[in-house]
Amino acid sequence: MFRFILNRLIYAVPTMLVMIVACFVLMHVAPGGPFTSERPLPPQVLANIEARYGLDQPYWKQLWDYIANIVLRFDFGPSFQYKDRDVNDVIAQGFPITLTYGVLSFIAATTIGISLGLLAALRQNTLADYLAVGFSFVAQVLPNFVMGPILILIFTLHLGWLPGGGWYGGQWQYLIMPVIALSTSYMASIARITRSSMLEVLNSNFIRTARAKGLPTRRIVLQHALKPAMLPVVSYLSPVFVHVITGSVFVDIYFSTGGLGQAYVNSALNRDYSVLLGTTILYGGLTIFFNLVTDLLYAWLDPKIRY
Amino acid sequence: MAFAANAPSVAKGRSLWGDARIRYLRNRAAVLASCVLLLLVAFVLIGPIFAQYSIEEIDWGIMGQAAELGKPALANGHFFGADDLGRDLYARTLQGTTTSLMVGLIGASVALVVGTAYGAIAGYVGGRTDNIMMRIVDILLAIPSTLVIILLMVIFERSLIMIFIGLGLTGWLTMSRVVRGQTLSLMQREFVEAARASGVSDVMIIWRHILPNLLGVVIVYASILVPEMILAESFISFLGLGVQEPNTSLGALIAEGAGTMAYGTLWQLMIPLSFFMLTILCMFFIGDGLRDALDPKDR
Repeated sequence: MFRFILNRLIYAVPTMLVMIVACFVLMHVAPGGPFTSERPLPPQVLANIEARYGLDQPYWKQLWDYIANIVLRFDFGPSFQYKDRDVNDVIAQGFPITLTYGVLSFIAATTIGISLGLLAALRQNTLADYLAVGFSFVAQVLPNFVMGPILILIFTLHLGWLPGGGWYGGQWQYLIMPVIALSTSYMASIARITRSSMLEVLNSNFIRTARAKGLPTRRIVLQHALKPAMLPVVSYLSPVFVHVITGSVFVDIYFSTGGLGQAYVNSALNRDYSVLLGTTILYGGLTIFFNLVTDLLYAWLDPKIRY
Repeated sequence: MAFAANAPSVAKGRSLWGDARIRYLRNRAAVLASCVLLLLVAFVLIGPIFAQYSIEEIDWGIMGQAAELGKPALANGHFFGADDLGRDLYARTLQGTTTSLMVGLIGASVALVVGTAYGAIAGYVGGRTDNIMMRIVDILLAIPSTLVIILLMVIFERSLIMIFIGLGLTGWLTMSRVVRGQTLSLMQREFVEAARASGVSDVMIIWRHILPNLLGVVIVYASILVPEMILAESFISFLGLGVQEPNTSLGALIAEGAGTMAYGTLWQLMIPLSFFMLTILCMFFIGDGLRDALDPKDR
């Protein structure tokens, strides 16, 4: 197990490197730069600015310095857009916000999704089952950017219960709609996956044996069926995580929460390459880390997998 | 002669595809969804003939007063109403739906071709090549794809072609993994060994023996990809980073409708939203039906 973790961590290094280099190259071949504007700057001024940010160096030198700064000092460099902030500041400001509603959405999607799926599977072909399946079918076509406007329409414009946006330190009123918007469609998918996988497990031979032995249903479900039934769900967790990250772009823009997604899009629009690179690397690193976690979870659940 | 009809007839074999078709047709939801989707496609193709306005024509009498004058009505030719600028929502919704369907179809086709070729080659060649090829896929998979597309759209020119490139770049990864796994297991089968032993070339083995056997899985995966691509494109268009005005897509229309829903012009949101949800829902049901039909093990 330890070797497996080590192995995966070693693989993460080239992955991160490739990601950094790819983004770096992409941003330098792109037309237009952070300092191009409608009224072109005088060449001397431009040269001065570029010298300040090290943009006059050859590309390989820039890339080398960039990576060295990250590895040695965990410094993602200065922002090209904001004079008084560097990338670390931007991330430090936005990341806690994104993390808060991201983690909450993730928890909501998994717990409610799994519970709904289990409920539907254990009460197959009853009203509860039909309701859960119906919900999960409808909710599947309610991605965050559809849920957002619908929620605002109902809770802000019609009922007037919740504020339409903002963050204010993450008070619950400001959290509800982003979390619901972000989690609904994945909740539905998780419920569907859980239901079908649980039904399959419940129909398998070892469950029949457990039933024949006379074990109570409760024990069968919790001790025998739950673990194998969770395997497909766990393999779906990585996509959910990526979607929550991507969804943060929507949430930050639509609900004005001011998280990292906003920084991402703003920096892309302003060609603030350093912020863009920094956030991309952070997102990629989180994804890699999370994939590792799900792999471990998978190994724990499935006795057939041993590393 | 007379007893020709009574002669014991050889039981007609049922092909894999015949079986699949029967299973698919038995799935009522999938059949219904296919019909609805066909109707939708027909509507998108034929509908523009009846449009009274083009997508960018501004009805100056309505502009700025969409809430009062721009309601969906047959009389003024705005069947689905008008948007805030006085543009005809009927024409725009049709175009948006076309864009979405095209994105789904073309994006998934690109992913299908690239992913199948890549995965089949990696699985067939095996060894170190396979290892390197799959490591590359692993690396690319670690990067959230929608963010890559946003990056491409912002840095380069915003156009439909760029969306296709972005979706195509990222969509084939999972496909190639699935195809590789399948290829690896097919390689163990006797018919491949027989083909090898009788001296068939590698290219011919892939073409004649591996690919046809991959088709089922590939189709199932492609049918899952189509709604995913549509969702991704709509997401990006919703953020205002997708297709450029005056062209539009369902995501952009939903965003516009969501922006004006406080001013009593709810149809601007609801009409594109219904088209969007109907399309995706149909795709999901069709995908489910295909999976049950072609991949019976997976149930």
